Amino acid sequence: MPQSQAMLSPHADVVLDEKVKRHTISILVQNKFGAFNRIAGMFAAKGYNIDSLTVGPTEDETVSRMTIVARGDDQIIEQITKQLNKLIDIVKVIDLTFESFVDRELVLVKVHSTTETRPEIMQIAEIFRAKVVDISPRTLTLEATGSQQKVDAIIKMLKPFAIKEMARTGRVALKREFQGEV
Amino acid sequence: MARHAHAEEGSHGGTGRLMTGAEIFVRSLVAEKVEVLFGYPGGATIGVYDALRDISDITHVLTRHEQGATHAAEGYAKATGKPGVVLATSGPGATNTVTGIADAFMDSIPLVVFTGQVPLRLIGNDAFQEADIVGITRPITKHNYLVRDVRELARTIKEAFYIATSGRPGPVLVDLPKDVMAQKTHFDYPESVALRSYAPVLEGNSRQIRKAAELINSARRPVLYVGGGTILSNGAEELTALARKLRCPVTTTLHGLGAFPENDPLAMGMLGMHGTWYSNMAVNFCDVLIAVGARFDDRVTGNVDAFAAEAKKIHIDVDPAAISKNVKVDVPIVGDVKRVLTALAELVSPIDTADWLRTIDAWKEEHPLRYRNGDEIRAQYVMQKLGEITGGDAIVVTDVGQHQMWAAQFFNFTHPRTHITSGGLGTMGFSLPAAMGAVFGRRDLPVVSISGDGGFQMNSQEMATIVQHKLPVKIFVINNGFLGMVRQWQELFWRRRYSQVALANPDFVRLAEAYGCPGTRVTRTGDVESAIRSAMAHTGGPCFVEFVVAAEDNVYPMIPAGQTVNEMIDTPDPASETEQANGSIETVHKGKARKVSTHAAVPGNA
Repeated sequence: MPQSQAMLSPHADVVLDEKVKRHTISILVQNKFGAFNRIAGMFAAKGYNIDSLTVGPTEDETVSRMTIVARGDDQIIEQITKQLNKLIDIVKVIDLTFESFVDRELVLVKVHSTTETRPEIMQIAEIFRAKVVDISPRTLTLEATGSQQKVDAIIKMLKPFAIKEMARTGRVALKREFQGEV
Repeated sequence: MARHAHAEEGSHGGTGRLMTGAEIFVRSLVAEKVEVLFGYPGGATIGVYDALRDISDITHVLTRHEQGATHAAEGYAKATGKPGVVLATSGPGATNTVTGIADAFMDSIPLVVFTGQVPLRLIGNDAFQEADIVGITRPITKHNYLVRDVRELARTIKEAFYIATSGRPGPVLVDLPKDVMAQKTHFDYPESVALRSYAPVLEGNSRQIRKAAELINSARRPVLYVGGGTILSNGAEELTALARKLRCPVTTTLHGLGAFPENDPLAMGMLGMHGTWYSNMAVNFCDVLIAVGARFDDRVTGNVDAFAAEAKKIHIDVDPAAISKNVKVDVPIVGDVKRVLTALAELVSPIDTADWLRTIDAWKEEHPLRYRNGDEIRAQYVMQKLGEITGGDAIVVTDVGQHQMWAAQFFNFTHPRTHITSGGLGTMGFSLPAAMGAVFGRRDLPVVSISGDGGFQMNSQEMATIVQHKLPVKIFVINNGFLGMVRQWQELFWRRRYSQVALANPDFVRLAEAYGCPGTRVTRTGDVESAIRSAMAHTGGPCFVEFVVAAEDNVYPMIPAGQTVNEMIDTPDPASETEQANGSIETVHKGKARKVSTHAAVPGNA
């Protein structure tokens, strides 16, 4: 998560404290010309912070799901959901923060490796159930999925080996359907 | 772009021959009962303009600038409640509509703006007169469209009108590529709209309405804070009935003026930065604030933390996003104002507000609206006299600045849709074209355009349109030689360091005459009344009056931006010697019957 975003916000005087929370907002939006632009533009125009934004198709081909991780106090988050609901192309807005949900991120990490460090890196990959998706004499590229914390953790473990390049998706999330006893 | 030979076979209920997009466009407007279209032709709309020639049901008004067209459409919409419709060409034609669209967006005015666009294959090509108007207007429209196929055209137009006029109204833009308008298909105008993701809530939640009623019934010092949403929902009558039933004092926002008659004893006039002293005091000390179709704008609230801090707040608004946006409220009710007020009225009983009203009356006596009158004309006097002479039976279209506030304070509005102004965006240059649009919608009342010398020059080109159509607009320019409101701020808050606020003006009367409009200049207070009377009696077209007024007068009361009633500046003490030397003190009390001018009132224009 970029640390600088709070500084960019017009709400910069709002310190990231217990009032400011991170919310995962799931949006179903009709696949219409300019719809994504409208959503992204709303966040920019109102000065709301986005930590990540992902979008992809759903089971209904006329609708996409957008998952936005946004930060703010209760009032800002309430305004965000209201403003989203106001957009004509948006079918549904759910703040998953109030629900039980599963969420995943995916990261591709290209890390420097030598014959000496390669086994150690692969061991880390194994612990995180990451896959090696590319290899060269001087690099290894790993693919890892999991919660934000897990993805943060593997990145932290790989850092000492020098990360050459990295591509990370934002969060995708779905509400949990059934809460059975464990 | 797909050719659609198949569209010819696939006639699904479409009637008759194939039509071009341009023909479908004009027929769709007829189906929407559009009476007047404000526009300006160009290369990208030439086909549409050709099709317009064959339709006699629609009057096309050729404005002299596309900004004038959008403001005219706004004036028409505000005066009638019907959507205003604009047609501009691509590129600069489209970008010229932007200010009017932004204005309509801020003030929730239903507009449908059609813009020409370069052919689909050229979009993105930096083609001649190309602008991404859909991208440009995305944040200032309620919704917008680029029509990519002629078969989508009729349905898109239907949706555009529906979205513009329903829920919280607003502007909708439809971009029309030139080749799409030349394509042919069957015309089949949809009868209804089904939008999967748009369904404004109109009926208020009955539990919330009950809660509001309980709160109101327990109030001792209630205040109704009434905004433009009340007029937009045609709920002025219900509002007035509720206020009288409750015996609840009423203050209105700038856009709420006219929703409640200001000669009713319960009226307190406008609140906020330049509101009356007593309405701001009443809001400060009330125990229940009933916000009706208002949005807690910063010009109303000042410092939001101190705004009606002691009061429980009820907020009725059709837009859920307007609720608790600026000020947290206790009982929100999402719904159409008219419907909610009707339901609410049945659940409330009269409140014993006698003490409360006495307190307010004492404030009214102590701190009326007032100004110093003398030989030099005061703009306040012009507004007051206009109110007296017309008896409130006029549509007053103001611009932005000092004269706008003085009109709001001194005219004494008594009917909904008689006050039209640019509130949210504060667009100088609004009045003249908006008044022109209002005339096309309303011939039952005289229409008066009031601008300052600065704002008038921002759209004065529409004088030509007004003269061409012989529109009976009474055009008043309040000339103080300054950008008065900015000058006032520089005087009060910037140590009187005037920066770029003095105007070197043309001879306005000769300018009006050059356009073919009779003009008069008034320079003495004694001539104001007769000048207004002859303007109101003028027939056969527009007339122009320039009032040369005091150069450095200020609008009071004033709560400086972001502050509270504790910082409210009242009119400087009229009892001080220097002030007395300047002439008599005129005072205006809201909530009293209008002073009637000595001569019999002139009936509205012919």
